[in-house]
Amino acid sequence: MTVASEASAQVAAKTGISQMKRREWSWGFLFLSPWLLGFFFFTGLPILATLYYSFTDYNLVKPDEIKLIGLTNYQRMLTDPQVAQSMGVTLKFALIAVPLGLIIPLTFAVLVNSKHLLAPNFFRTLFFMPTIIPVVASVMVFQGVLNAQSGWINMALGGLGIEGPRWLSDPAWALWALNLIGLWGVGNNMLILLASLQGVPTELYEAAIVDGANAPQRFFNITIPMISPVIFYNLTLGVIFAFQYFVVAMLVGGRNGDPQSATMFYNLNLYRTAFVFNEMGYAGALAWTLFIIVMVLTVLLFTVGQRFVYYASD
Amino acid sequence: MAAATAKPTPHSYASSTLNRQLRGFMAKSSVSLFGLLLLSVFLMPLGYMVSTAFKDDAELSAQNAPLWPASAKTYTYQGQEYPLYLVPTEQGVKQMALVAPHREDSDFVDPANPEAGPFTWQGRYRTLAPVYNFAPKFKNFPEAWEQVQFGLLFRNTFVLAIISTLGTLLSCIAVAYGFARFNVPGKSILFVILISTIVLPAQVTIIPLFIFFTKIGWTGTWLPLLVPAFFANAYDVFLLRQYFMTIPRQLDEAAMIDGASPLRILWSVIIPQAIPAITAVTLFHFFFVWNDYFSPLVYLVGKEDLYPISVGLGKLVGTFSRFPGLAMASALMAIALPVVIFFLAQRQFMQGVVITGVEK
Repeated sequence: MTVASEASAQVAAKTGISQMKRREWSWGFLFLSPWLLGFFFFTGLPILATLYYSFTDYNLVKPDEIKLIGLTNYQRMLTDPQVAQSMGVTLKFALIAVPLGLIIPLTFAVLVNSKHLLAPNFFRTLFFMPTIIPVVASVMVFQGVLNAQSGWINMALGGLGIEGPRWLSDPAWALWALNLIGLWGVGNNMLILLASLQGVPTELYEAAIVDGANAPQRFFNITIPMISPVIFYNLTLGVIFAFQYFVVAMLVGGRNGDPQSATMFYNLNLYRTAFVFNEMGYAGALAWTLFIIVMVLTVLLFTVGQRFVYYASD
Repeated sequence: MAAATAKPTPHSYASSTLNRQLRGFMAKSSVSLFGLLLLSVFLMPLGYMVSTAFKDDAELSAQNAPLWPASAKTYTYQGQEYPLYLVPTEQGVKQMALVAPHREDSDFVDPANPEAGPFTWQGRYRTLAPVYNFAPKFKNFPEAWEQVQFGLLFRNTFVLAIISTLGTLLSCIAVAYGFARFNVPGKSILFVILISTIVLPAQVTIIPLFIFFTKIGWTGTWLPLLVPAFFANAYDVFLLRQYFMTIPRQLDEAAMIDGASPLRILWSVIIPQAIPAITAVTLFHFFFVWNDYFSPLVYLVGKEDLYPISVGLGKLVGTFSRFPGLAMASALMAIALPVVIFFLAQRQFMQGVVITGVEK
C-alpha cells in the first residue's frame, strides 16, 4: 500500500509512468508470489540440496555422521550392477512404451475423428474414460484380466488357439503386461491429437482428392505432416515419462521388481535406495543423474524436433 | 488442376447419387462396427471387473462357469434340489435335472414331465453343459469394505482432495492472473521455468523435502501433501493462464477506469469469465489427489489411519490377487466416484485436456 501513497505524493507527469509501472510490478509479483515461493522452497532449493547430498554419505539412520565424499557416489553408480540392470529395464520399457504411446492414441484419434463414425462423442468419451480410473484400481483389474489361467485375455487367446503367456510371473512378458496396463492412459494423447486433426484445413484434403491422392497417401502426406508438432510433443513427453515410470511398477512388482527384477525400474531402485535402505546420499546421486538424463533428452528432442516438425507459420 | 474433373451427364446423375448413398452407408456401418469392436476390446477389463465383483469363490474356480455372474439352475424334485443339465434327447437338447449321477450313465428327471419319474441316460454327465441363470452375488462388497477399511480411506481421500484442491485453486488462479495480465521484469523467463517444471522428475526433489519435512516433524502427517498445494503448480497455472489470455483486456480496462483494484478485477471480471477453465482445474486436481500414490507412499509411511485410497488399497494389491472377487469389488468401489464425476462433467474435463495439450 506504500506504493499507492507514494504515487499520490508524486504528481509529476514524468514519474507518473514509472509509478504506474512500479505499481504493476508490485501487483504482478504479489500475484506470482505463491509460485515464486513454492518454486524456491519446494523445487529450486531441493534440487540444489539433492546435488549437495549426492556428494555426501548421508544416511537417514545416522544423520549426524554425514560427511562429504566427493564423487564416490557417482563412481559407485558406474560399477553398481543394480543401476545398469534398472537402466536396462527402463530403456527396454521406453522402447515399447514410446511407440505404443504414439500409435495407439493416433489410431483412436483418427477413428473418433472419422466422418463415417456414428455417435462420435459416445466413442470419444468412452475411449477417454479409462484415463480417469485410479492407477491402483486399474492395476487390480489388469492383474485379474492378465491372470494366466482365469484371465479373460488368455481365455480369448486360448479361443484363438494361442496359449497365452504367464504375463505377470514370466520375466520375459512382465514389461509387456505393464504396457498393456499403460494403454488405459492414452486418453489425453488421443484428445490432443484429435484436436490437431480437426485443425487440419479441409481445403488441403479437397485439393489432394482433386489431384487423385488416395486415402493412405492423404494420411501420410497431409495428415501426418500437419499434426507433426503434436506427435512430436507427445513423443517428447512420452520419453520423459518413460524415464519417470514408477507407480505401476511398484504396485505390480513391489519393491523387488518381481518377477526376478524384470520390473526393477531406475526409479524403483532409487526409491529403494532412499526410502528402504535410507542411503540418501547415494539416492541423491541417482536422482541427479536422472535429472541430467531427462534434461539432455528434452533439449535433444527439441533441437531435433525443430528440423522435422512442420509449423504452419513457417 | 481442378478443371480435370468431368461433369456428370444428367443420365448418370441419378444412379451415381444412389451409388454414393450406398457407399456412404457402407462406410458408416463398417467404420462404426470397427469402432465398436475396438472399444469393446479396450473396455473389456471393465467388463471383467464388474462381472467378477459379483461372483462368489465357487464360481470363480468352477471349470465351465459362464463369464457373467451366474448360479447353476436347479430343479426341485420330491423335496430335493437337483442341478439342471442340457441333455441331448430324441426330441432335441432339453434341460434335465440330474438326480443320480454315475460315471457312464446317469438318472435324470424331465422338469416338464416329472410324473414320468427318473430315466437313465447313457453317457458321461460330466461332458454335459450345466444350465446357468443370471445371479449376481453381493457379498464381496461388504467383505471388501471391511477388509480395506474403505470408510476410513474414503474419508481421508476426500478431505485431502478437498483441501488440496482449494489450495490449488487459490494459488493457481492468482499466479495465472499474474502471468496473464502483469508485465513484470523477467516474466518470460519465469514462464519458461514454470513450464519446464512440468517435466521435472519428482525424484530430484523428494529426498531433501523428505529430510526437511522429517526434521520439522511433518512426515506421518498430511501437511507435506497439503501445504505445497497452496503454492501453485505448473500444469494448472498454465491451463488457467492460457484461458485468461483469451479474455478481452477491454473488460479489465473498463473496470480499471471505474477504479477497480487488480484484486477486484480478478474477482469480478476474470473469474466469472473463466468458469470453464476453473472447473477443469478443479476436476484435474481432484482426480490427481484421488490418484496420487508416490507422495502419500513416502510421507505417510506406517501411518495407516491416514492413508488415502491409493496407498491403502495399493498395499493389498498383492494379497488380493488371490481373491479376484474381493479385488474387483474394491476396484469397483475405488473407481465409482471418479467415473460418476467424469460422466457428469466430461465436456469441461475433455476441453481442459485439449487446452493444456495443444497450446503449449
